[in-house]
Amino acid sequence: MSNIITVDDLCLWYGSTQALHNINIEIPEKSITALIGPSGCGKSTFLKTLNRMNDLIPDVKTTGKIIYKDRDIFSPSVDVNILRKEIGMVFQKPNPFPMSIYDNIAYGPRTHGITNRIKLDEIVEESLRDAAIWDEVKDRLKKNALGLSGGQQQRLCIARALAVKPDVLLMDEPTSALDPISTSKIEELALQLKDKYTIIIVTHNMQQAVRISDQTAFFLLGELVEYGNTEEMFSRPEDKRTEDYITGRFG
Amino acid sequence: MKHKNHLLENVIHGVFLILGLITVGCVLLITAYLVVSGIPAIREIGLFNFLTGDTWASTAAEPSFGILPFILTSVYGTAGAILLGVPVGFLTAVYLAKIASPAVKSVMTSAVSLLAGIPSVVYGLVGMIILVPAIRTCFNLSDGSCLLAAIIVLGVMILPSIIDVSITALEAVPKEYEDASFALGATPIETYFKVSVPAAKSGIAAAVVLGVGRAIGEATAVMMVSGNVPNMPSLFQSVRFLTTAVASEMSYSSGLQQQALFSIALVLFLFIMLINATLNFFLKRNKEE
Repeated sequence: MSNIITVDDLCLWYGSTQALHNINIEIPEKSITALIGPSGCGKSTFLKTLNRMNDLIPDVKTTGKIIYKDRDIFSPSVDVNILRKEIGMVFQKPNPFPMSIYDNIAYGPRTHGITNRIKLDEIVEESLRDAAIWDEVKDRLKKNALGLSGGQQQRLCIARALAVKPDVLLMDEPTSALDPISTSKIEELALQLKDKYTIIIVTHNMQQAVRISDQTAFFLLGELVEYGNTEEMFSRPEDKRTEDYITGRFG
Repeated sequence: MKHKNHLLENVIHGVFLILGLITVGCVLLITAYLVVSGIPAIREIGLFNFLTGDTWASTAAEPSFGILPFILTSVYGTAGAILLGVPVGFLTAVYLAKIASPAVKSVMTSAVSLLAGIPSVVYGLVGMIILVPAIRTCFNLSDGSCLLAAIIVLGVMILPSIIDVSITALEAVPKEYEDASFALGATPIETYFKVSVPAAKSGIAAAVVLGVGRAIGEATAVMMVSGNVPNMPSLFQSVRFLTTAVASEMSYSSGLQQQALFSIALVLFLFIMLINATLNFFLKRNKEE
């Protein structure tokens, strides 16, 4: 399996506070990578660096490289809007736009220049099917998306991210605001999606990492402590700190 | 001791209630007074003749009291001011709420507040001294005091309300919406116009209605630049507004003429009520969203 993202010595500062220290990691394509660690360890910051969402925060500085498709995503020749189209994102709190279900999904494709109605209809249906929510919403595509339940909203947000045909899907604790049933639906969905997409998921829930991820990265105080096959890491952690964390001694 | 405190509480409650009732009382008094004093003239002239008559000759030997010129002037003047002020104000609000750097934002917001604080007589003066002669020269007119001058002055005067209310609405848009749009690869401008503005649309509509209210109720500034002649409205003609019709004749009016002026005030008041109801509708919808 080849690597789709290679992170080389990434450091990140918020103002004068260093939030990430020399991160090196290779993400294999079409797999699920879980990022775990206690609050404030830098896992979300790291995730948001991969599609350069951190650009939107003032006073953020980075050094090092993130190689995606043979190019450093920080290089001036990279169009950040194209990068974000290819590396999609699902947020912690479901955040559908206050518009119809259809318009939510069509928003991304329209932004990238697709105006043909038939084509848009196709994309909307395909994305909603891929996100396993088509059957629940197909009769009310014109209704406001805010009328859906939290779990449905989150799957809608996944569908919206899929609609621009990304290669990578970043998920920032996508189930932390959801009930157990909705959570298991999202987990099932992630497992289905990894046939087509590379998924990187931040999670607070270690069982979730075990259930769905192929490899796990453990962050602590802005450092990548350990990274490897999920099963191995949870059965035989190499680092004492990893062991302490996954056995629940802190965090 | 406890008993005394209780009494004090009640007294203070009562004082607050009375203070609150002063406002309510004023509104009721003004409404009642306008209705009572506005109706006799309308009854004598006839509602239809009053509202649709196109000649106002209150001091002629055979007086004529048609206020259609005033109504149309107020409506056209307000519409013109909205046409001019809303695009400028709305885009300024988007810029200040979303795009401008903190330093630029702070300077420009202070300027907007300052604009709001300038008395309308000053707007009128500047309009008289700069705008009116400029219009006369530009369009080669004998007199530059006209509807166009009033529209421009009103357009500037409503900017602060429009900008202020729109900024509040735009800043209340949850950041999560914008993040989602950025994460889909939309540019900042696409995000602001396709996500933030639609999400704030009720608030922006309220800003426009507030602008309408300010424009239609303005008297001093428009009186100074519009020529104050009861013509049917035309861009380059001297015109008279509902507000200025009342203000300019009240001091020397008597009899039916004076009663007719009250009727004009009543018509203006009804316009304002309508605008307020619209405003409340949008503000309420904004809250619900």
